[in-house]
Amino acid sequence: MERTEIDTRIRSLIDPFNKKEIAITQETKFTDDLEFDSLTVMDFVAAIEDEFDIIISMNQQAEIETFGQLVDAVTKLQN
Amino acid sequence: MSNPTGQPDLFSKFDDVIALREGLLASGVEDPFSLVMERVISPTVAMCNGRETILLGTYNYMGMTFDPDVVAAGKYALDNFGSGTTGSRVLNGTYSGHKDVEAALREFYAMDHAMVFSTGYQANLGVISTIAGKGDYIVLDIDSHASIWDGCKLGDAEVVPFKHNDIEAMEKRLKRIPEGAGKLVILEGVYSMLGDVAPLKEMVRIAKENGAMVLVDEAHSMGFIGENGRGVVEDQGIIDDVDFIIGTFSKSVGTVGGFCVSNHPKFEILRLVCRPYVFTASLPPSVVATAATSIRKLMHAGNKRAHLWENSRTLHGGLKALGFQLGTDEPQSAIISVIMPDLERGAGMWEALLKEGLYVNLARPPATPANMTLLRCSLCAEHSAEQVQTIISMFERAGKTAGIL
Ligand SMILES: Cc1ncc(COP(=O)(O)O)c(C=O)c1O
Repeated sequence: MERTEIDTRIRSLIDPFNKKEIAITQETKFTDDLEFDSLTVMDFVAAIEDEFDIIISMNQQAEIETFGQLVDAVTKLQN
Repeated sequence: MSNPTGQPDLFSKFDDVIALREGLLASGVEDPFSLVMERVISPTVAMCNGRETILLGTYNYMGMTFDPDVVAAGKYALDNFGSGTTGSRVLNGTYSGHKDVEAALREFYAMDHAMVFSTGYQANLGVISTIAGKGDYIVLDIDSHASIWDGCKLGDAEVVPFKHNDIEAMEKRLKRIPEGAGKLVILEGVYSMLGDVAPLKEMVRIAKENGAMVLVDEAHSMGFIGENGRGVVEDQGIIDDVDFIIGTFSKSVGTVGGFCVSNHPKFEILRLVCRPYVFTASLPPSVVATAATSIRKLMHAGNKRAHLWENSRTLHGGLKALGFQLGTDEPQSAIISVIMPDLERGAGMWEALLKEGLYVNLARPPATPANMTLLRCSLCAEHSAEQVQTIISMFERAGKTAGIL
């Protein structure tokens, strides 16, 4: 799957968690900008894992701060 | 003290917690986190902050702390072996008492191996971080106890949590683990925040089908759940399918210490490679003596188990009838959790109960799931039926005082 398609799919997965309807850029941070708490992170990660049939371990999550980094990580895990 | 050099203060990361605590105390409540028990009268009654108080927030499920045989065993060991070992289990810290308490655990669980740690916290820390290493995967419930999380953090395995008690979420994650990787599934029998029991039978079956080893923390079920008190794994008929059971002496056993029991043929090697076992002093002789005596008595405590179940059902039914919101629809363990609307009113209710002469546990985030504030009640086999009725009426009065009911 191409990065652009993964980008689009993840954007739609963020929607239900993006309560303040913050505009998503590659630099958007999950904790600082979207204010995700640990419970939201778990649900959001589960949604992505199910969508792409992958595992994003907590060790990998620790490296992901921004939307762009997440898209990169999923692109890599996909292939 | 301010920081004269203008360098960052390492304590500034605690400012939020400091503010939360100050805000709570400013509202005038007694500090829920610095209660002092001045005198302990029995497993169920103590003098707390100057009041005689019924204890409903200890982990003394089986009321063994004042058992005459247990106390006598401790005194004998203190007199004959001294106050402490001053050494690691692998050097000078293994006395006959340490071997005996491990024998008592093997008898209790009918398992081949038992290894005793200085606390249950260290048992999880040690076993998890040692057996799941680089390239291995740990799949665990998101509501796992802090000691389990810290065990994951101390090791190098990939850590994959799943939604609490969600069998399907666990299975999906297991199936996505790369071919050939080692897998450890970590579950608890009773989850201590809400007092709910895990569907271990289903979960362990799925874990095994997917080639995982299974570790179950039975801290809150030992001595009480299962025909012989071996825990939820015994109650659900799967004790032979789990690879490791972790437990503690700090709850039903009534002292301090932790352990792992297993039938794994290579289990004993852990004594040499598990750092939280090796690099700490062993338990004092009096502690292991009280533990061994208590464990052997718990093997034959069927009547106490029955009475504790009765207490749990009575309290659950009574609080439900009063209109409190509880953590489980049915009583599932010796923990009955009362859900509070928020921390402020939770602390108010906690204080109102204390003034009635009842101690319960106030639990708040991050220890609690879903950011809940809970009043956790843990019953004891030594609570009399009358005490349980008294407790229910205390809840009724305090609930009105605190504006919860
Ligand atoms: C589920 C669970 N595991 C382990 C522990 C740690 O036990 P200990 O008090 O022996 O360190 C506890 C107790 O807090 C617990 O609740």
